[in-house]
Amino acid sequence: MTTTETHEHIDPDYTAYSHDGHPDGFYVKIAIILAVITGLEVALSYADVGALFLPALLILMAIKFVMVALFFMHLKFDSAWFNMAFWTGLLLAIAVYFVAMATFHFFS
Amino acid sequence: MADVAIPTDASHDAHDAHGGGHEHHSSLGLSNNKLAMWLFLGSECLLFGGLISTYMLYRGRVADGPAPDQVYDIPFTSVSSFVLLMSSLTMVLAVTSAARHDDRNTKLWLTITALLGATFVGGQVYEFTAFYREGMGFTTSLFSSSFFTLTGFHGVHVTVGIIMLMAVRAMIARNKIPGEKDEVVELVGLYWHFVDVVWIVIFTLVYLIPA
Repeated sequence: MTTTETHEHIDPDYTAYSHDGHPDGFYVKIAIILAVITGLEVALSYADVGALFLPALLILMAIKFVMVALFFMHLKFDSAWFNMAFWTGLLLAIAVYFVAMATFHFFS
Repeated sequence: MADVAIPTDASHDAHDAHGGGHEHHSSLGLSNNKLAMWLFLGSECLLFGGLISTYMLYRGRVADGPAPDQVYDIPFTSVSSFVLLMSSLTMVLAVTSAARHDDRNTKLWLTITALLGATFVGGQVYEFTAFYREGMGFTTSLFSSSFFTLTGFHGVHVTVGIIMLMAVRAMIARNKIPGEKDEVVELVGLYWHFVDVVWIVIFTLVYLIPA
């Protein structure tokens, strides 16, 4: 298929919007937020924030993880079954390895 | 769970807009391919969970080798992380271009994503080489073994993702994709984004939190 043929098939109503109804600019904004959070994380690793250091980094990490999963991977707009497949695997992994690490006295 | 209800005409139209009108569907009305990819990614969480927790357990066991804070180059790894994060943006732009049946932009964004991924892998190779020169080999200590295994496995995943991206790009260029192009691009995109979210966790737990 040539480039010319390809463009003939582009739906003009769809050129500014993705298949879940969001314009491309929406994803650019998400990426900017993720970049800012990454900058915050790096800044935190150099700053002396005391006891807030670990929870703050973990919360920022979780926010980035969830944002990529929900928006870039479209889980927010997709079937609940896909959500179940992924989040179940993730929660199972967290639970299993949390217990495994506790067994090795990691938290004490 | 509106997505598993019996499809109406409107939902059929919406589904066709996804380009999924000819996909193979499960009894739930979902794409089999997509369901399989999500189940695969769910199982990958267990793989990386094991590698990350092993690293967390052994990060203090440095033996005679260098400790994490002696070898890690946070500014360099931060730039690598930023590059991989931006590759997720270019990947989602490839997916949206594919949904619009815009082959030219789909190929362009897939290529840029692969290049960003290759930049990340190149950075990882440079980092591994620098660590080796500083006396941190694979068998130097439990810390080094668990570090190289975790980040190496992730690097292999990124490399496989680059191969998938370039293969899909070539197949689109030759119009050789069986079935729906947009679903194939979306499946590769899901894998790529997963590699990114795994790195989000590794970057924080391995590099930013000191032992």
